[in-house]
Amino acid sequence: MNHPEKYLEIWKLQKSYPSPSGPPAMIVEDFTLNVAEGEFVSVIGHSGCGKSTVLSMIAGLNDPTGGGIVLAGREVKEAGPDRGVVFQAPCLLPWMTALQNVTLGVEQVAPNKSRAEQRAIAAHYLDLVGLGDSLDVHPNQLSGGMRQRVGIARAFALSPMMLLLDEPFGMLDSLTRMELQQVLLDLWATDRKTALMVTHDVDEALFLSDRIVMMTNGPAARIGDILEVPFARPRDRHDVFEHPEYDRLRQRLISFLEDNAQHPKVREEMTNDPHNIPPRELGDRGSFSGRRTFSVTPKSHDAA
Amino acid sequence: MNERKFRGDWIVLPFLGIVAVVVLWAISSKTWAPNLPTPWKTWEVSQPYLMKPFEKRGELDQGILRFTWYSLILVAKGYTIALLIGTPLGFVLGMSKMFAKTFDPIIQILRPVSPLAWLPLGLVLFQKSEPAAIFTIALCSMWPTVLNTAVGVRAIPQDYLNVARVLNLSRMKTLLKILLPATLPYMFTGFRLSLGIAWLVIVAAEMLTGSPGVGGFLWQEYNSLIYEHIILCIVTIGVIGFILDRLMGLVERRLQVAKA
Repeated sequence: MNHPEKYLEIWKLQKSYPSPSGPPAMIVEDFTLNVAEGEFVSVIGHSGCGKSTVLSMIAGLNDPTGGGIVLAGREVKEAGPDRGVVFQAPCLLPWMTALQNVTLGVEQVAPNKSRAEQRAIAAHYLDLVGLGDSLDVHPNQLSGGMRQRVGIARAFALSPMMLLLDEPFGMLDSLTRMELQQVLLDLWATDRKTALMVTHDVDEALFLSDRIVMMTNGPAARIGDILEVPFARPRDRHDVFEHPEYDRLRQRLISFLEDNAQHPKVREEMTNDPHNIPPRELGDRGSFSGRRTFSVTPKSHDAA
Repeated sequence: MNERKFRGDWIVLPFLGIVAVVVLWAISSKTWAPNLPTPWKTWEVSQPYLMKPFEKRGELDQGILRFTWYSLILVAKGYTIALLIGTPLGFVLGMSKMFAKTFDPIIQILRPVSPLAWLPLGLVLFQKSEPAAIFTIALCSMWPTVLNTAVGVRAIPQDYLNVARVLNLSRMKTLLKILLPATLPYMFTGFRLSLGIAWLVIVAAEMLTGSPGVGGFLWQEYNSLIYEHIILCIVTIGVIGFILDRLMGLVERRLQVAKA
């Protein structure tokens, strides 16, 4: 696969915080990545490795200390509704109904439309995530999964240039998580918005992404490896899970994570070029190998 | 503590508490405090004020609820001014660290000053008793609103502010759609405490200015040696304060639920 387009260009992105004693603490060092238009890329790594920091810099919520980000030919300097962000916590405003929460964003991107039209757009996206009957419900009356559905609807309703997903299902139980992965995938498939998702769930990354970026452990985290995901779209959870390549790819991700857990700085080879991935040893490796996420209900999206 | 609950304990137990205090009062007036009117004497003498609570027989001889009404009007005026000044002040205090550093010490110094100390200053400034009383009520009751609003603004979760940034909300929209609703539960706790203080201050203010109201009546009856009416006034002040607090508490509870 080739990615000639550079829809999102991240160049030598760096984040450090000044420390009172000694040199500044380097969180992310030299993160370079190009994402093509319509591509779904996941960033995977251990907790605290700085992957969320990268995402929040792209969202404009955190200023990089070095490097730059260019989205569709324009440099990213501050936050804005041209990037639809789904946070780990749904971040809904509890004094507003589901519809009002989504409409608040629509008002910002479509200020010339009438209030009725804005509400119609918001209601449409809530309907797409399966909340058509809960428009006037307040977040505290919704389950965690339903709240995150509102969060997803809010991001998509902005018709953003790209989506940024910061461990969007990290706070959900595994069944709800699978349900919402399907909701996200279905919604994403309608217009294939460029998306960057941060996660630490190997199966989630494989199911949703075109490419998976593996980050080394912090401090001074960087890209350790990039994995191409060859599964055809539209994807079905069961087909993906049965795919002959699935186990091999999964094992590669897990090996990377395990190697990094033991030796934080072992993997120094930078692969800005996704074609040039060194082959990796396969084999069964302890607790990570079990398909814990899938073994319960491979077809659970039917219920969603 | 493993206490048993029974049906109607919420009404029976408070009633028993009141009875116990009244018995203690009766015993006291019969034994060591001969000047303290007994409960039944108090009831007897208070009857014309309680049974015709809105009657006006003279400037300082009116039904107890009529006096209460005068007091409430005065409280409302001072309290409104306190909220109008205190809420924006609290907002600025919560939002700007520099402003907080500048004015926090002076607020901490002014806060514990008694109404009895402010009233003479008010009289000097306004020359009349009513504006002086309003000035005192406003100045004394403002602080809980100021401080709680500031705490509320500081406690706004970063998540909400991130939403404002990601959606690129204007300053005005951020204030109206995010800051204000997020702070409202804290603000209301301040409003409730402020109302309690405003009601406390009214009595002192009326006693010193001699204006008609529950406090003024209390002071006048002390001078006329009708001690039963002092007790009537104390009970009235307490009951009204309790009702006000409960009413504010009801609204506050609704807001707390909305917060979660």
